[in-house]
Amino acid sequence: MLEITTNHFLVLSFLLFVIGLVGIITRRNMITVLMSIELVLNSVNLNLIAFSYQLSDLTGQIFAIFTITVAAGEAAVGLGILIAFFRLHDTANLDAAVELKG
Amino acid sequence: MNALVESGPAILFYVFAAIALVGAVGVVTLRNPIYGALCLLATFLSIAALFLLRHAEFVAIVQIFVYGGGIMVLFLFVIMLVNLHRLRESRLFNGPLPVVIVLAVLLLGLFGWVFVQVHFDPADAHPALFTSFVDQQGQLHEQAGNTQAVAWALYTRNLLPFEIASIFLLVAMIGAVVLGRRQ
Repeated sequence: MLEITTNHFLVLSFLLFVIGLVGIITRRNMITVLMSIELVLNSVNLNLIAFSYQLSDLTGQIFAIFTITVAAGEAAVGLGILIAFFRLHDTANLDAAVELKG
Repeated sequence: MNALVESGPAILFYVFAAIALVGAVGVVTLRNPIYGALCLLATFLSIAALFLLRHAEFVAIVQIFVYGGGIMVLFLFVIMLVNLHRLRESRLFNGPLPVVIVLAVLLLGLFGWVFVQVHFDPADAHPALFTSFVDQQGQLHEQAGNTQAVAWALYTRNLLPFEIASIFLLVAMIGAVVLGRRQ
């Protein structure tokens, strides 16, 4: 009989985190970077839920709901920034964001 | 047959974990953002299924509504709003790809080693705890359902964070409207 432990969830969540991190750091398309950020937030949620089950505590689930709230706000503001950036530069390539470069 | 039923949750875990990982890799590697967004949707939905395996029914539904519904529509809308032809990248990744892969493998190895060292006991979880709550008279309600239990925890002990979250959403909404306005 196969059994699922908290370690299984931790490993999965860590893999998702690394994939998302690689996307954030390396991709040049702004939309893909935002989607990678969502991946990272989701992996954190997975961790919270797994530990909520491990510790038999409902607080992890509550915290996951707050994380989802923050992710929704982040997506709205991030995509708003993307639209403003696109209007200014006519591209969604992150390499075009050089205004603050000295 | 009996063994198959007994290890059903484990099989479901592996299936949905595989879908989530494939979707995540698709998000990072696919050239067309529309395909990336659809891969992201698959990841969101399979993570919701994984929440169900850990007795977080309400969070799973919220995940499907907010991520699968709201955030996904927002992404697809923006992808269609910006001109896709200008999004075409000559190079997909910033920086030399071998360096990136080496760094990722190093990170994986480091944390993988930690995970092998740390061992959690099989959770002696009480799933009944996720579906029961104690009301104001101190009476225990068993089998009330996960939604009711989460609501009691959210609106009693966590009322202040809840209100702060509503103000945060208001600020985010105003910010998005101001950012999206045409000057």
